[in-house]
Amino acid sequence: MAWVNAIIQGILTGGLYALFACGLSLMFGVMKVVNLAHGDLAVIGAYVALGVITVTHIPALWSFVIVVPIMAVLGYALQRTLIQAALDRGVLITLLVTFGLSVVIESGLLQFINADSHSLGVGESIITGSFSIGSQIQIPYLLLLIFAVAVVVLLGLQYFLSLSRYGRMIRAVADDQEAAQLSGIDYRHVFGIAAAIAFGTVALAGIAYGMYSQFSPTTGTDTILLFAFAAVVIGGLGSLWGTLLGGIVLGVAQQIGAQINQADQVLAGYIVFLLVLALRPQGLTARRAQS
Amino acid sequence: MRDLTVHHGQLRALDRVSLRVFPGEVYAIIGANGAGKSTLLRTIAGLHRPTDGAILYDGKDMTKIRPERRATGGIVMVPEGRRLFGSLTVEENLKIGATYARKGPWTIERVYEIFAWMKDRRTQRTAQLSGGEQQSVAIGRALVANPRVLLLDELSLGLAPVIVQRIYAMLPQILSTGLTVLLVEQDVSQALRVASHIQCLLEGHTTLEGRPSEVTAEQVEAAYFGLSQAAAEGSEALWHGSTPSSRAS
Repeated sequence: MAWVNAIIQGILTGGLYALFACGLSLMFGVMKVVNLAHGDLAVIGAYVALGVITVTHIPALWSFVIVVPIMAVLGYALQRTLIQAALDRGVLITLLVTFGLSVVIESGLLQFINADSHSLGVGESIITGSFSIGSQIQIPYLLLLIFAVAVVVLLGLQYFLSLSRYGRMIRAVADDQEAAQLSGIDYRHVFGIAAAIAFGTVALAGIAYGMYSQFSPTTGTDTILLFAFAAVVIGGLGSLWGTLLGGIVLGVAQQIGAQINQADQVLAGYIVFLLVLALRPQGLTARRAQS
Repeated sequence: MRDLTVHHGQLRALDRVSLRVFPGEVYAIIGANGAGKSTLLRTIAGLHRPTDGAILYDGKDMTKIRPERRATGGIVMVPEGRRLFGSLTVEENLKIGATYARKGPWTIERVYEIFAWMKDRRTQRTAQLSGGEQQSVAIGRALVANPRVLLLDELSLGLAPVIVQRIYAMLPQILSTGLTVLLVEQDVSQALRVASHIQCLLEGHTTLEGRPSEVTAEQVEAAYFGLSQAAAEGSEALWHGSTPSSRAS
């Protein structure tokens, strides 16, 4: 029964990891930007949420209504300025620039806030509780909610990308920027839109993490970015539902590792990550070969 | 009066090439590999920046305008190698073309009318189509933007001759809506058949210019390969008579 519990917890944690990963996957899929500042931006989202909650006293759960638009605007602005400037100079430069951005964010948070850990207190509500199935399986409502949010975000993204006008433009630009220009599409603007969406999901990831656990200025690189990378690689680069699958596999591996030995939780996740890299580098959801 | 003049000077690819196009006509740029034909078309579309010279469109200087603004302004290119959006369906490719379309006679329905097979296969991804079918979609994608100047870059590249014939047979229908076609073609006989004007490039220079009926096969050959001076001198009078500078004066 303890094993079943570990697997269920793992699956639900996978939702959180998918939330970490989908923005990273989207930015890579559309503009071939590997955003090394991804985790730090999620942490910024968590800090912004903390600020919003402190000032307005709205419940932590509803902070996303304000934080997501703020992060989306930040995403558009960063893409149109810093990241686009890096892209114009080559894909490798984007690695350097986003790495630099990551360092600046982390140092800035340490300098201007502090190194303390914070969390987004949900307060006394049903969400902090859990329900049990049998005697061994305990499912926290919060984790279940985060999983549901991840599924809704992925469904929404899929719907948007496949059916909306902007979604179609995003896919076209991802296929061929120059041909899109010849059809009258300003790919820089479309990149900005894609970045805004990615940053919106990053904000959700930050808030979810802040409610689930504690965050500090270094959480972005030492936890969120690494788990996001692992989920993306396991699931398959550029595949939306692959990130959910990757997140779930990562989560289950960690929980099973923890079941064997509490100290092996994170290690077990990375072992699966390395195994996938070695045996199936295209990820579990292999994409059809491009012609 | 519509008036597009390309005066484009770049170190190697194109050296002070001028061209003036009028509505309803077909202009063919011919020349050997590396003569600068595609560069010329890509420069008009805005994908290359000229180092010198200017592109005028309706009397307005377009030289510094971004490619996407030129496309929405009516200068639309069918790029070499078709360059469809491979993960999108046929219909989605056409919708992308129509996203910022000008007002005009071309709609997705109209494209389905001239390419009858397309409607039944509109939900297929373009990566699954044959080369000729892809070329038709690429033309359709350009047409739904309702161009005033349609740039066709190497339509015949990698296609069977019979398919090329079929695609060129569509040209009169396309022209009937009054747009200008400027095409680059390696298949000289094909170009001579469809064009109302030809211009031959050699190493970035214009070596021959005129109506297909005005030029002889020998002149085209000489201009195309840059053969002997003698052949060139024999046709000097005609050449001078049809250079843009003398026509403008």
